[in-house]
Amino acid sequence: MSPPTGTAPPAAGTPGVSPPAPVPAGPDAAELRRRARRSRRYRRDLRWSPYAFVAPFLLFFLAFGLFPLLYTGWASLHRVELTDPTHMEWVGLRNYTRLWDDEFFWNALRNTLTIGIISTVPQLAMALGLAHLLNYRLRASTFWRVAVLTPYATSIAAATLVFALLFGRDYGMINWVLGQLGVDAVDWQNGHWSAQLAVSTIVIWRWTGYNALIYLAAMQAVPRDLYESAALDGASRWQQFRHVTIPSLRPTILFTAVVSTIGATQLFGEPLLFSGSAGATGGSDHQYQTLGLYLYEQGWINLHLGRASAIAWAMFLILLLIAAVNWLIARRLRKSQ
Amino acid sequence: MRSRSRSHRRRAVVLAAVCALGAGLLGGCADDGGDDRAGGSGGPDTKGRTTLTVGVFGVFGYKQAGLYDEYMELNPDIAIKETSIERNENYYPQLLTHLSTGSGLADIQAVEVANIAEITATQADRLVDLSKAPGVRKEDFIPWKWQQATTGDGRTVGLGTDIGPMAICYRKDLFRAAGLPTDREEVGKLWAGDWDKYIETGRRYQRKAPDGTSFVDSAGGVYKAVVAGSPRRYYDTAGKVIYKDSPAVRQAWGHAMDAATGKLTARLQQFQKEWDQAFANGRFATVSCPPWMLGYIKEKAGPAAEDQWDVAAAPRPGNWGGSFLTVPAASRHKDEAIKLAAWLTAPEQQAKLFAKQASFPSAQSAYALPQVAGARHPYFGDAPTGKIFAEAARGVPAQILGPKDLVIDQNIVDIGVLQVDRQGKSPQDGWRAATRTIDNALDE
Repeated sequence: MSPPTGTAPPAAGTPGVSPPAPVPAGPDAAELRRRARRSRRYRRDLRWSPYAFVAPFLLFFLAFGLFPLLYTGWASLHRVELTDPTHMEWVGLRNYTRLWDDEFFWNALRNTLTIGIISTVPQLAMALGLAHLLNYRLRASTFWRVAVLTPYATSIAAATLVFALLFGRDYGMINWVLGQLGVDAVDWQNGHWSAQLAVSTIVIWRWTGYNALIYLAAMQAVPRDLYESAALDGASRWQQFRHVTIPSLRPTILFTAVVSTIGATQLFGEPLLFSGSAGATGGSDHQYQTLGLYLYEQGWINLHLGRASAIAWAMFLILLLIAAVNWLIARRLRKSQ
Repeated sequence: MRSRSRSHRRRAVVLAAVCALGAGLLGGCADDGGDDRAGGSGGPDTKGRTTLTVGVFGVFGYKQAGLYDEYMELNPDIAIKETSIERNENYYPQLLTHLSTGSGLADIQAVEVANIAEITATQADRLVDLSKAPGVRKEDFIPWKWQQATTGDGRTVGLGTDIGPMAICYRKDLFRAAGLPTDREEVGKLWAGDWDKYIETGRRYQRKAPDGTSFVDSAGGVYKAVVAGSPRRYYDTAGKVIYKDSPAVRQAWGHAMDAATGKLTARLQQFQKEWDQAFANGRFATVSCPPWMLGYIKEKAGPAAEDQWDVAAAPRPGNWGGSFLTVPAASRHKDEAIKLAAWLTAPEQQAKLFAKQASFPSAQSAYALPQVAGARHPYFGDAPTGKIFAEAARGVPAQILGPKDLVIDQNIVDIGVLQVDRQGKSPQDGWRAATRTIDNALDE
């Protein structure tokens, strides 16, 4: 529901769009008053309606976004236990300084980073390739486009539980296939890299199609004559991909990289459920405990809400850092063009 | 004219959509408001009955055993509603926050034995003292069970439901193939009184083990079974954490390490999919089993293993699992809730629950009742389970529990023991990893 007309809101003080009809010779006072009232109401409407329309979002954001954020920050400066969350004891920055010496925090950060890399890089590369294939003239192209998106539509929990079965040590399908090839069974869950690889696989499986569709949309906006002139110059398909598609897609690639990075930083469901009943430890050696899992373990298993809040804020700061780096890169890209 | 009517129609559609959304939103809020009131039950229902809510985790079996229906028949003015959260690790933090704010609570809340020490120590003020509730008799309960939910100044905030006295479930076919006796009396004698003998039996088994089978499912299971039989493990009587120097922990750790490094285990992790699959495929010969696990084994091992499994007495009795019922002080129908909690945990009802759901009674006066005394389990070769577990229950020592028992226990098993059993690390490395994790978890 937009304002009645498409005109921009007038600057404060100027009268609204007044009726263009010629003013009758002698408008009486009542008519003038009515007109003034209508114009006032109209001005108010133009001015305040947008706020009214965004108000629901704003209220929800304040209640469920900003307030928890600030309250978490406040809690991170206290010693708070879940056994008695209303009792808070001021400790200043202690929850943050102890993170500095916390081997489990650094371990989780490292795992988040490595899992993030081995899931994001192949994921985006594969998505780009898929998008390129989908961009060809294909029979039943809509079917393929929907097909690549289906993994995204499954729930994380369902996908992870199935993958945990596939990666089982004794009766998992992947080990069975490896066995057929003469490779010894791998204890996926208890190895360091094998576990991280398995968790990454779930992420890759789920998000590749999603990114492929974003790339596809961007590819279809690339002017065809660029390809035609490249073809005239004798460029092969691969050369066209490298020299026409990729440069045109650069902003899109940057966008997906940022979104994937943020997703990877918050990775939680996959590693949590991959460990089955073991829950938040992320493996017997914490080998796939991500920051999200460590936060959950501190807050909801060990019941230290203050420490968990500090981890949450540390994660928030890391995300801000990523956003800043992204902004810098985007600016340089724009300049270089 | 035409375009006008269309725009009218569109406006009407938009308006309707907005109204629907708004109504949904408001409805959602209203619902939440209702749930926030203690009990979530509000006033009397349409038939004028008082609705009591019971909050549990997993399957408590009251509904399945028909106990709620029976109570509602006895008390026509009461309706009972149960809400269950599948896993205790999700249920318990929620219970803590609800208790501290005094809202969102059911009239009766269940508490797992691993959490009861923390609840008793930190939440006693927010719970009703049930020791003097009408119909509750201290003598009915096993003494250590009663003690676990009693504060220093003698307030009992939780009534015992079931307990988990442990036996050893074993596979007769695998024992026979390995040249060991199969009769449950003789099997019990193999290791009676000493876990060392159990490990020794394991070595004997492994020498002639059928291909691809192991003596025990996991080193973690051995650890849990041994440590559960000691009165003092993670805390001393003064409430100090002593797990690093505790003789009980050292002994249990030693046996678990013997099992792991001696290759007696199938290197599994309990309650994971692979564990279930190993039951189905008969990959290990023994597992320490509280009564509640018999149903689990039957389900996972399936009809193919019918009459292969049997139950023998454990080397030493220990307890694994069991719960309590508490009544929050913020309950809206406190008196009715107390009555219901007392009724549900009375010996007669515990016996009925055992007959239907295999939850072993914590009320010792129930052991003489025919449902318990005469109980046999057809799947386990008609083993006299009532007798075996009652005997084990009487032998369980009164265990000193501390607030962080669960965290310490879980990390020793899931970090320390698992690293040795599954990753092949040395016992020293495993122990160091476990203590580092526990120290970090206990540090507030």
